[in-house]
Amino acid sequence: MTEVTMTVNGRKVRRDVPDETLLSEFLRESLRLTGTHVGCDTTQCGACVVHVNGAAVKSCSALAVALDGAEVTTIEGLAPNGELHPMQKAFNDNHGLQCGFCTPGMIMTSVDMVEKAKAAGKTLTEAEIRHGLEGNICRCTGYHNIVKAVAQAAQEM
Amino acid sequence: MYPLKYHKPAALADAIAALGAGEEAKVLAGGQTLLATMKQHLAAPTDLVDIRGLSLSGISAAGGDVTVGATTTHAEVAASGEVHPAVAVLAAGIGDPLVRNMGTIGGSIANNDPAADYPAAVLGMGATVVTNTREIAADDYFGGLFTTALEEGEIITAVRFPNVERAGYAKFKQPASRFCLVGVFVAKTADGARVAVTGAGEDGVFRHEGLEAALSANWSPEAVEAVTVSPDGLMSDIHGDAEYRANLIKVMARRAVAVS
Ligand SMILES: Cc1cc2nc3c(=O)[nH]c(=O)nc-3n(C[C@H](O)[C@H](O)[C@H](O)COP(=O)(O)OP(=O)(O)OC[C@H]3O[C@@H](n4cnc5c(N)ncnc54)[C@H](O)[C@@H]3O)c2cc1C
Ligand code: FES
Ligand code: FES
Repeated sequence: MTEVTMTVNGRKVRRDVPDETLLSEFLRESLRLTGTHVGCDTTQCGACVVHVNGAAVKSCSALAVALDGAEVTTIEGLAPNGELHPMQKAFNDNHGLQCGFCTPGMIMTSVDMVEKAKAAGKTLTEAEIRHGLEGNICRCTGYHNIVKAVAQAAQEM
Repeated sequence: MYPLKYHKPAALADAIAALGAGEEAKVLAGGQTLLATMKQHLAAPTDLVDIRGLSLSGISAAGGDVTVGATTTHAEVAASGEVHPAVAVLAAGIGDPLVRNMGTIGGSIANNDPAADYPAAVLGMGATVVTNTREIAADDYFGGLFTTALEEGEIITAVRFPNVERAGYAKFKQPASRFCLVGVFVAKTADGARVAVTGAGEDGVFRHEGLEAALSANWSPEAVEAVTVSPDGLMSDIHGDAEYRANLIKVMARRAVAVS
């Protein structure tokens, strides 16, 4: 067991976990933040995406012990007061989800994509949004409304 | 995942010691290949030695060479104005943004996946792989599938890219995995053209003599036309047979020269 300290959604947390604990397991099982989903064993689906120190990563493919001291934001951290984040609202407005399993990861990847584009003073094209979503798989929507949602949120964020 | 012991040394000597001490110890960098294989129980190291505390990350230019630290992520190389634009473009096309935020150049070339991108840039540019004990020329570094010249417990610390006159990269993605069905890296150097092909060879990345001769004589997309690319020694799988890959090598070589 190793003691891990992180700031998750602005709150300092400390837990003793086995060294092989994945960040996704740490979030879901130790912290009970089950908004982060796990959809595959192969690091391919992107349902588990969270932000670590300001970058979107697959939480199923990082060790919790390796992230001692990190700042982590999960889907729960986007709406701290119950008011939807512009990206969440845009997914809702554009019917960007059906079963919703991929949605937390889609939204976390999309927020990072839009924030990076804004910081670079760029407006995302549809092609860039699709390229940016290559690590997130959705088996329901056909992606079209997800892309529309990201484009809308990019205007509002 | 099976139980393991995690180490995060702050000095290279401690990392080497930890690798030697563990029963089956492995280097951990971005984890985008290693943790994925461990989750599927295809690898079960007893100890992981995380090298991200060793200050091996960063890009620096000196005397025409550009040195990329082993733990520099694909995203950092993609955004770099110091590496050759062809190398930045290659890094920007690896996997997806999430993989690029974690995966590292050292991990990619240590792993030497036959469909990975970086081996093409390292071999195509004629780069040098720098480790804790020595410097290895790209021509001597890559072995067969998932095989390299690295010794047990040897750690890549950096990759040094020389200056080239022109370079270009073109990749035909396997649409589901986004790894290379075929990727071709071309470089025009003072000693002639270098052409490295990834994704296609049964023994991993390789240089193509015919394309190198043609492009050394005439650096143009048209020069590729006259070259015969044999399917012998190329992979055949459900994604494409050897003839298909042979044809793609020419198409990608043409595109790579065109963007150089
Ligand atoms: C969904 C997905 C898509 C991908 N698509 C592509 C793609 O299109 N093209 C591509 O090229 N790659 C692709 N990859 C692989 C990705 O680039 C990995 O990041 C890379 O292959 C491994 O780098 P890493 O830093 O994550 O290494 P790790 O996974 O940490 O390590 C990989 C191996 O290298 C060893 N190692 C790591 N660093 C060193 C070092 N400095 N010295 C010695 N040994 C070391 C480790 O012990 C391990 O055996 C993809 C991966 C995923 C999950
Ligand atoms: S759970 Fe599928 S990529 Fe993380
Ligand atoms: S909404 Fe069902 S997987 Fe995307």
